[in-house]
Amino acid sequence: MKKDKLIIANKKFDSRLIVGTGKYKSMTECAKAIKLSGTEIVTVAVRRVNISNKNKPLLMDYIDPKKITYLPNTAGCFNSKDALRTLRLAREIGGWKLVKLEVLGDKTNLFPDMIETLKTTEVLAREGFRVMVYCNDDPLMAKRLENSGADAIMPLAAPIGSGLGILNKINIQIILKQTKLPVIIDAGLGQASDATIAMELGCDGVLVNTAIAKAKKPFEMALAFKNAVLAGRQSYNSGRIAKTLMGNPSSPTEGII
Amino acid sequence: MKKIKIKVNGKVKTVLDNSKLSDLLNNLNIPIKKVAIELNQEIIDKKRTSNIKLKKSDKIEIVHFIGGG
Repeated sequence: MKKDKLIIANKKFDSRLIVGTGKYKSMTECAKAIKLSGTEIVTVAVRRVNISNKNKPLLMDYIDPKKITYLPNTAGCFNSKDALRTLRLAREIGGWKLVKLEVLGDKTNLFPDMIETLKTTEVLAREGFRVMVYCNDDPLMAKRLENSGADAIMPLAAPIGSGLGILNKINIQIILKQTKLPVIIDAGLGQASDATIAMELGCDGVLVNTAIAKAKKPFEMALAFKNAVLAGRQSYNSGRIAKTLMGNPSSPTEGII
Repeated sequence: MKKIKIKVNGKVKTVLDNSKLSDLLNNLNIPIKKVAIELNQEIIDKKRTSNIKLKKSDKIEIVHFIGGG
């Protein structure tokens, strides 16, 4: 079979699953789930170093940024200024240019503030960042982000951490139809089949955090998502049959005794 | 020696006047390759921390990566 790679900002990846590193019980659990998922990209947050506890474990000691691409995010930012500050710092930590922008607008529904997001995307692209943008499932906004220099469109399936799965398949399909950029479903997936559906719609990848980290068995769920993404992509590439209202017999109708 | 008060990650710290940013980072045992540093909201080139003298009321932020989605 031809190599089917995910390409983001000219970087090639074999895995189409991106995994978040938040909400795990421990760094050890997080690192093991990441390994089992087969992911090559993990999202990470930028936060203050705990200066009073010098022995606190560091994420980089558990997940090697040389082996797995770190995708710094702007989680917790509610305006452009904070998001820019966060990502400029992230770049400084180790030269990361590929980043995930998310500017939220509401603390309870966690929907993105698309006006701030759009503004920030333009600035980041000008500064040489490669920006993957968390956004609403709005085809018009997705196009505007593309025109503003985004490197990937990351529409939500449903509110962050909600586990509701893809709520608006039609919008996602419209976004896919009109963009040249990779489309990664970000946020709101609850179970492995949600990832399969995203891939069957033709999405280029999915980003999952809570559904794995908060599953009763995170390691099994990490594997389930790995397989679900593979299955969904294979199914998409295989060209599904047309839907018909009535039945079509699977066995020949000739020669019936 | 005169002492001054600065803020590091939101916490007040007392350091010697004229001490360097690199001294502070050493004292705090900061793994410099794994962090980014801001001095009064400006990002500091990590190679130049020994050229920077700390002043009264300086605000320093030291950040790193943690788990997040």
